Amino acid sequence: MPDLMNGMLDAASANAPHWLQERQSVGRKVWVEADLPTRKTEAWKYTSLHALNRSFDSAEPSAASKAELGFEYPHFGGCKLVFVDGYLRADLSRMDIPAGVQLVRFADADEAQTELIQRNLGSVVDSSRHLFANLNDAALNDGVFLQIDAETDVTEPLHLIWLTTTQPTAFTVNQRLLVLSGASSRASLIEHFDCAGNGNAFTNGITELLLEDGATLHHHRLHLEEAGAMHIGGVHARLAKDSTLQSFHLALGSELKRIDVVINHAGPGAHCGLNGVYLLRNEEHVDYHTCIEHASPHCTTDEVFRGIIGDSATAVFNGRIHIHPDAQKTRAQLSNRNLLTSAQAEVNTKPELEIYADDVQCAHGATVAQLDPQMMHYLQTRGVSREEAETMLSYGFINEVIDSIALKPLRDYLRPLLAKRFSRDPKLMRHIL
Amino acid sequence: MLKIDNLHARVDDKDILKGLSLEVKPGEVHAIMGPNGSGKSTLGHVLAGRPGYTRSAGSVEFMGQDLLELNTEERAHLGLFLAYQYPVEIPGVSNMEFLKASVDAVREKRGLDSLDTVSFMKQARDACKLVDLDQSFLKRGVNEGFSGGEKKRNELMQMMMLQPRLAIMDETDSGLDIDALQVVAAGVNNMRDDDRSFILITHYQRLLNFIEPDFVHVLAGGRIVKSGDKSLALELEDKGYTWIEDEVA
Repeated sequence: MPDLMNGMLDAASANAPHWLQERQSVGRKVWVEADLPTRKTEAWKYTSLHALNRSFDSAEPSAASKAELGFEYPHFGGCKLVFVDGYLRADLSRMDIPAGVQLVRFADADEAQTELIQRNLGSVVDSSRHLFANLNDAALNDGVFLQIDAETDVTEPLHLIWLTTTQPTAFTVNQRLLVLSGASSRASLIEHFDCAGNGNAFTNGITELLLEDGATLHHHRLHLEEAGAMHIGGVHARLAKDSTLQSFHLALGSELKRIDVVINHAGPGAHCGLNGVYLLRNEEHVDYHTCIEHASPHCTTDEVFRGIIGDSATAVFNGRIHIHPDAQKTRAQLSNRNLLTSAQAEVNTKPELEIYADDVQCAHGATVAQLDPQMMHYLQTRGVSREEAETMLSYGFINEVIDSIALKPLRDYLRPLLAKRFSRDPKLMRHIL
Repeated sequence: MLKIDNLHARVDDKDILKGLSLEVKPGEVHAIMGPNGSGKSTLGHVLAGRPGYTRSAGSVEFMGQDLLELNTEERAHLGLFLAYQYPVEIPGVSNMEFLKASVDAVREKRGLDSLDTVSFMKQARDACKLVDLDQSFLKRGVNEGFSGGEKKRNELMQMMMLQPRLAIMDETDSGLDIDALQVVAAGVNNMRDDDRSFILITHYQRLLNFIEPDFVHVLAGGRIVKSGDKSLALELEDKGYTWIEDEVA
């Protein structure tokens, strides 16, 4: 591996709590001995890592004021932790943690919490399959631990914002989150990534979600970083018996974005609803790799991803569903639809179904299309201009997925933000908000 | 208002209209009847500017303008409305935002103020009531999952909101039960006035029991082969289309 990230790794090992040091050194060993994936590596076939071929500084704590950060902090009710370049900014956060919830930095964890972190951290992500998880381990000197106690119903959403700034030189941010959803608990979590300015941070993130028996987690992951921001990250979830994960994903395009979503159905009766939207323009790139491991019987998965790709942008969607021999009575469906709004736009979509059980119901489909000329014409016969019809239909294409977000304040926040991606002319968007 | 002169039109390189002429004056209701494949729906689509439907000869003047030189939305701004035989479903775009976008665009081009949300909502609800559609349809995707009759009533509601000068109703009666047919007919009759005209494209005479036309035309082989008053429709009902085709041949 080229030594591009060494600054970050050296800084991390100098600052890590002792109990993370072994994980760091193991991760670093794997990382330095590995080669950066190329287009010949199957999992990276359509995503070039060329953007990482530069030298990166490690992130420094930023003292920028709220105004200087130029980022508007939405408030969805509930607590909100704001990290800037990976460092917690208490002055920008609302730390009113609800009862029955533990939310701490690894560095601030007490003995019992440290024990839980040590026991569970890295237990879901398979670092032999996800090279960048090793880089994450190697640079791990802090992270966020969230636990929802058993039987706890948290009504207010828990909102974690990771904001990156723009620095004179490109820099790295290591993000790590470990979530334990206790048995029969209910909670709503927003993982929110954004950047201030044009962006030149490379964020390498790993989120692990452990849902115990009967837990319900509404998880939302927003990648709103645009322009020069780079992000390689993953959400790795393990669902115990009768638990439910509703996971919503949104990615706006940027220079490089690769998100892996891995869901392990580890106990019977688990359900996962996985919805996602990606919107790209200019020369942006987004790559979603989802993998659903059905290792247990009577589990269900409903997965819907939709993308709109314009200009010369390129998108990748790889949706794998793997049904293990013991996973009888599985019901799984995957749909990926893409809308290309320019002749130069490109999407590579590949559903992969691997079924080793015989009593299952599975369906998958992927489509790539342009705006439907009949719909366009119908709108125009009612007097709507071609440009506005395009905007309305594009927005309509993803609107159904946005509607699936249960959290109304989040829907209301996203709608205008997404509408802006379709058109810079407010007049063309006035009917879709 | 509308003057079609010797119109020839083709769809996918196939000649469908072969010299159709028709004049519609303000306030008139014209019924165009004819057997399947005679070019009835093609006429509506050519007038509305559907891609793939091209004029090969002839002219169409609407409100003093060369209609076929205008793009589809400009025709709507001038007051042309086509009620579809098979309305298009648009999931993800609500009926409400679709209606508001249409009404705003048409009003703006006609030099009228944009309706504020409250008056717009009131008009939309009133229109729903008139066509016997539940208000919940306003929130649903355009025509998404609507039954055949609901789609036709939705077309009628759009017509009421847009207040066109000329409405072409393409087989609006097909697939409707008698109750729905009466709702549609009442909607059209309410909108009839000295300035607004209608072209009713229909296969059956039944609709004309409820909407009395001023003229009835028979379209066969891409041309109007016979014109008359409402009694012609009854004659067609009685004798079918064969005698006309024989007469023309």
